[in-house]
Formats: sequence, C-alpha cells, structure tokens
Amino acid sequence: MADDRVVGIDLGTTNSLVAYMGSGPSLAHPDAPGKGVFILPGEDGLNLVPSVVALDHEGHMLVGNAARDVLLHSPERAVYSVKRLMGRGVEDVQEELKLFPFRLAEDLAPGEVLRIHLGERTYTPPEISAQILRQLKRNAERFFGAPVKQAVITVPAYFNDAQRQATKDAGRIAGLEVLRLVNEPTAASLAYGLDRKQNGTIAVYDFGGGTFDVSILKLQDGIFEVISTNGDTHLGGDDIDNLLIAVAVEDIAGDLKVDVRRHPDAVQRLRNAVIEAKIALSSQEAVELEVELPDGRLYQRRITREMFEEMVQPIVDRTLGPCRQALKDAGLTVAQVDEVVLVGGSTRIPLVRRQVEALFARKPHTELNPDEVVALGAAVQANILAGGSAETKDMLLLDVTPLSLGIEALGGVTAKIIHRNSTIPASATEHFTTGVEGQVSVAIHVLQGERELAKDCRSLARFDLKGIPPMPAGLPRIEVRFLIDANGILHVSAREQRSGKEAEIQVQPSYGLTDEQVENMILDSFDNAEKDLADRQLIEARNEAETILTALVKGRRNEAWTMLGFSEQRKVDELESQLRLAMSGSDYHQIRRGIDELNQATMHLAELMMDAAVGSALRGKNMDSTGVADGPEAPHPIGKAEFS
Amino acid sequence: MSESINTEVKTAPSGKAHLQVIQARPHPHRCWSCGDMRAEHFCGECGHVQPALPTDFFSFFGLPRLLELDEAALEHEFYALSRKLHPDVYSRATAREQAWSLEKTSQLNDAYRTLKDPISRTEYLLMLEGIQLEEQSKIATEQARAFGVEKKQTVPAELLEEAFELNMLLEEAKMGGVDDDLRGQLSATREGLTTRLNTMQDELRAAWKQWDSGDSEATAQMVDVLNRRSYLRNLLRDINDVLS
Repeated sequence: MADDRVVGIDLGTTNSLVAYMGSGPSLAHPDAPGKGVFILPGEDGLNLVPSVVALDHEGHMLVGNAARDVLLHSPERAVYSVKRLMGRGVEDVQEELKLFPFRLAEDLAPGEVLRIHLGERTYTPPEISAQILRQLKRNAERFFGAPVKQAVITVPAYFNDAQRQATKDAGRIAGLEVLRLVNEPTAASLAYGLDRKQNGTIAVYDFGGGTFDVSILKLQDGIFEVISTNGDTHLGGDDIDNLLIAVAVEDIAGDLKVDVRRHPDAVQRLRNAVIEAKIALSSQEAVELEVELPDGRLYQRRITREMFEEMVQPIVDRTLGPCRQALKDAGLTVAQVDEVVLVGGSTRIPLVRRQVEALFARKPHTELNPDEVVALGAAVQANILAGGSAETKDMLLLDVTPLSLGIEALGGVTAKIIHRNSTIPASATEHFTTGVEGQVSVAIHVLQGERELAKDCRSLARFDLKGIPPMPAGLPRIEVRFLIDANGILHVSAREQRSGKEAEIQVQPSYGLTDEQVENMILDSFDNAEKDLADRQLIEARNEAETILTALVKGRRNEAWTMLGFSEQRKVDELESQLRLAMSGSDYHQIRRGIDELNQATMHLAELMMDAAVGSALRGKNMDSTGVADGPEAPHPIGKAEFS
Repeated sequence: MSESINTEVKTAPSGKAHLQVIQARPHPHRCWSCGDMRAEHFCGECGHVQPALPTDFFSFFGLPRLLELDEAALEHEFYALSRKLHPDVYSRATAREQAWSLEKTSQLNDAYRTLKDPISRTEYLLMLEGIQLEEQSKIATEQARAFGVEKKQTVPAELLEEAFELNMLLEEAKMGGVDDDLRGQLSATREGLTTRLNTMQDELRAAWKQWDSGDSEATAQMVDVLNRRSYLRNLLRDINDVLS
C-alpha cells in the first residue's frame, strides 16, 4: 500500500501544491480540511511552494521560497512563471519576452523546444517544471516517510496538446508516473462536489496566476460531465502585475528620471511591491507603494482600490468573453446555471467577484481556499484512480477536449475532424490517398484550434505516412485514426487498407521533446542524484576515518598502548597508513574497508583502555578523561574517545 | 446478456429504451479471459472488459437503426457504460485492458455524441445507409474544403425569393452599415427564417416516423430537409454576423 500512494499536484504558474486523499480512517489527518483530503506541506510547514527555480553559485537547484530569495538579489539565476513557456516555440513567446525576464538560448529555431539560461546551462521548460515537481514529490515523501511514484497533475483546461505533453514530460523527468492530467477547473469541481453530492449545472471560473479557464459541468449522481470549456492560457494575475509594473516604470521615469528597466533587481523589487499592493487592495481601500530605486531614492505612490480597479478592468473584462462562449457552447442560458465556483488566487480581487456575480446573476461559492482547491481536487482524482474509497466510488469525471482537432487540407484550410467540447477519449478516422503514381508517402499536418486557415491554428505535428506500396495515384487507401486520450493528448495510428499493411508513422510533435530526449533528461537527473549520493558517502567516510585516526593518536598516548605486543602495534601502524592513503583517494568503498580493518585491529586496544578506565573509576579517577563516559555499550570505544 | 448492464437499464426513466436495449446488443463473443460465450462490452461471467470491435454507433448501444430515440434513456445508458468502461476504472489494470478501455470509451463517446443530437443522428443513419447528402451538408462542406474548392450552393426553390431579398439587404449592410431601418428588416427576416427552421424540425420528425415504421423511401425526404435546413442556417448565420 505505502508505495502505491497517488498524490494530486497543482503545478501552477505562481504557486504549486501537492495534496493527498486518504482512503481509510487511519490515514485521516487530524487537521485536514474536508474528509481526509489535505495539502502536504513543505519542510517549512507552508502549503504553497512558489513556482520559482534558482541555481545557486555552488550549482545546487533551489525551488520555492529559497529560490524566490535568489530572485530578489540575483534575478539572472532564477526562473519564475515557466508554465507560460510550456509547449511553446520561440515565435509564440515574443509577447511574453517583453514582460518576463526569460533569458532564452540565442540559437533557437522556430518549432524547436525552448531552452532557458539558468546559471551556466540552458534548460527546457519541462526540465524547470520537473524541478518544482521533484520538490513536491520530496515534500510528499517526507510527509509519508515513503517513496511516492505516481501522481495526477492538473493543467489549465485550455492547454493544447503540446502544453499537455510538456507537462507529462516534466512529470517523467521528475521521476513521477503521471497517471492522469486533469483540467484545473474540473479538479476544483471535484473538490467542491465531494461534500455536496447533488445534481445540477455548475460553472467554474478559474482565474489563476497565468491562465484563465471557465468550465460548465453537469453533475448527476456522482458523474461530473464537462459540457463545455473555454479560456485563455495567457491571462492571469501575472498580467495584472505586469500592468502595474508598467505604470510604475513610466511614473518613475517621468517623476524621478530613472529608467528602472535597466536594473533587473530593481524591477524585481518593484514586482514584489506591486504584488503586495495588489493583495492588500483586496482587503484595504488604499495602499502606499514604496520601492527603493537603484540610486537609493524612494519611489512612493498611494494607490486606491478605485484606481486599481480602473487599471485592471480591461484585464478582468477579457475573462467575460470566454464565459459567454462556454455558456453558448453548452447551449445554456445564465439562468440554467445552478452554481458558480471561484478558483485561483486572482478571484480574491473584489472586482473579479463582482463581475462574475453580475455575469452569472448569482453569488459565487468561495468556501474552499482558491489557492488550494485545485490541488485538493487532483487528490480526489488520484484517489479515484488508485482504486477509490467509499467517498469516491460513485465519482467519475468526463472531461472534454478544449480545442478542435483538424488537418490541413488543400489550399491551407483546416478540416476539423474532432470538434471542441467533445467528451474525451474521442476519436476520428480519416482516409487519405496519393496524388502521384508510385507515391510511397503522404504528409499530414495536424492542427489544433478553431480558425478556418491552417496557418492561424496551432501546429501540433507534421508527419509522413511512409511505406505505402507503390500503386497508381489515388488507389492506396490509407486509414488514419486520431485518438485523443483521457489526458487530452493525441495519438495517431495509420493503416494502408488495400495492402492491409500498418503504415509506419513518425509523429514529431512541433514543440515537443522526443521520447529519447525525455529519457536522457531523466538519466541526467538520475546521474546527478547518484553523483550527489556518492559525494555524500565519500565525505561521510572521510569524516569517520578522520575520527578513528584522531582517536588512535590519542590511544597511542594511553598506557594501554604499551600493553599491546610489538607485532600487534605494527599491524595497527600498517593499517593506519593504509587508511590515510585511502583517504587521499576518492573511493569511498576503500575508505570504508580501511575503517573496518582498523576498527578490527584496535579492538584489543579499546578493551584494554576500557578496563583501565573502569579501574581508574574504581580508584576514584575522573571517568571522562578516559573517554568511556558513555559506558561499555558505546558502539565504538576509540571513536567515542574523540567526543570526551 | 450481461447481468449488470441489465440491472442498470431497468432503472432507466423510460420503458421504451429499456425494451430497445433488451432487443439488440452487440453480438456476443467468447471472453478472452474466462472463455464464456456471452461476452459483449464486458464478460457476463467474469466482468472483464472486452477488446473493441468495429461496430456502428447504434449497435454499440444495442439499439436498432431507428431515429426516434429516448434521449434521456440514452444518456442514462451512456453514464452506466462510462462508469464501467472509462480509463479511470482501469488505471491499475494490465496494459492490454487499459488499451481496450481507451478504445471502447472513445467508441462510446463518439457514439453518444453522434446519436444524442437529432441532426447528427439523422446524418449518421443516412451515411450508414450509403446515402450522400447534397451540397449544403456538413460532410459536403468538409469534402469541398478538403479538395480546396468552393462549395456548390443550390438554393432550395422555396427559399429562392427570401434568399434573394436577404442578399440585397446584406449587400446594403455591407455598403452603408446597419441603420435602424435595416436592422428592423433583418430582424424580421431572421424571425421568419427561425420559424421555418422549426417547421423543418417537424418535417424531419415526420420523416423519422416513416423510416422507423419501415418505409425506406423516407431517406429521400430526410436528405431534402437536411439540405434545406443547412441552407437556411447559413442564411441565419449571415444575418447574425451582420447584426452582432
């Protein structure tokens, strides 16, 4: 059982969390919120792990709060909001680069997986995310005192195939088997639905750090059926922060004549200050923004909630279109929605709450912590996948694909083959033929998106159907099956029907890593872990050798030494020089062997010393000076002497 | 007949679907796991999921090829099968069973999506009967697209006059924008067309009844309604584009 634990992970733009749902009363956590589902805190006791990864000068990866500290004083050694880069190409992220201090590798080609500078190396976004996942894995393992190997990870509902694949890759790199990717708003509905088993239609409004999703679900006897979903994978609290920073930067340039953008650490201080101000404005009417500038002067500005709301109104407005579209796609009117649930940190903003309430004409639910609800829901889904419990045995999630799947047809138009909001797993079968006599391969371009033209949709993959037997043009009949699995990830298989031959397909995702690349990344981190362990073992062995050698030096001064025979003394001398030699090398096995042999050879000396000590004690001498203060059961008398 | 499926079908809100489900089921075959001869989606004996077989969407649900369908009962059956076939249920099963569960669930979802919607259900039945829809159909649109050609537009006779007038109005809107007068005329046209669309639903249902009672000539009627309907919807879409 212990090794079968499946955890739920919310891999967020700003913060990440890991949660677990116990399946029996013995696992119920006393402080757990709601029926044995609870967040597993980090070593610092905090539930939220900031999604920040940093590399310190010794080459150690730092994750979370430790990394956030690095971000403040050496921003070039830290990366945040990496989720925005998952599954994207260099041509997609030009807008992000204006707003985020990502340092991309200089030699990136279009369609290639991004690489980001961090310290002396470059890393792909899945590798950075894997560092966060590994930290969460460690947190869970520390909590359980047992390995954790399987997880459910949440993704924004509106994530496309490449972004989902990148998330799954990150899990694999971190050493986690990703049993399922679950859409964030759907996960939230599971967390809410656990307590209130009732039927009806609910809307989940999920406004997080970097993404916005809205999902409309129908709940019926434990079945959570997503009817429609919509969103924007690049709209979140980050955008509000960037807007406030931009306003402040302009302000500073005008009033104080300083171009803050040329000082990355000052921008980071400004970023922290505006985030604090934004958070404070959810509970206060006004805040004082105060930031120290590079020249030592102080930038001060009073911001009222009214000013703030006026500034961010356009961003909040951008969430309303997707809500209306989701309702339209579900074929529902506002009046037919029974409940609205708010998810994500940005829904703490009073303006957001008012807008949602106005749009849906009802008061939204905010009972569960909007930062934690997605992770809790992921834990519920993890519990379902792990075989369920009394609480989840009737629960089943039926999710949809957020974007239509298409193929590029003649003239560069998109021919849709699986429409958006289709329940997944979903499939489509298409037939292709050749246009030229003897043609042995057909190129297929797979797209995702709603636009009419292929160039406006997301390119998922281009692949060649190879190995078609040479035939007159138009005669081969190649059946290609497209299958979107329960994770929202596409699989393609093909068969030439006239020859009955399975055609060879090589699907190279446009912005993805190949299996082999992922495999190498796993090995990389594994090698490092091995190396870390070997380094530690060597250090420990040397320390222990040092201890025994120091004790021996002391032992030689003890009168017990003179009681040993000459050959016994020579034997100890010989082993001592052997151990010193081993210590100068880096083979910890050899050092260990040296320690063991020397231990063995000095056993007699240790006994004599102990006898002498006991004798001294009987004669009223101070036991401490003999080095056997802990008594005869001390595991290693000579080693012990060092601590006296 | 799998007993567990039976029990669930009995709780269906409608007696009609219950009967249909009992009438026709996918052909039983030998269970890969225990060899029982009555296996369908699952083995009636040992409960194991069975390999996905090529099947049409009606057979998948054990339904005859009829168009009048109790949608509530279909939904109920969809949920019941989802609970048993979904990959979530097999996340700890063998790789082989996981693959079958994935295949079968995609069949289930594809079948449900196609059958629950009256129009796609009708189109699907026509396709099974080997009947090609004409120019305005969705399939024709996609085929035209696939070959990169402009789709042919044949105006149904009954809509000739309205289509002509509407095109004048739309042209006017394109040239000089939409003033209140034009908006009023377009709204009125939209109302008229919407009423007609509803009449077509009734025509389609009449054709269904014919088909279900064994009249195979009804397919021609269905093709006609679908083509007219599709043309009408295009007109409505054009109006909505201008008005929004």
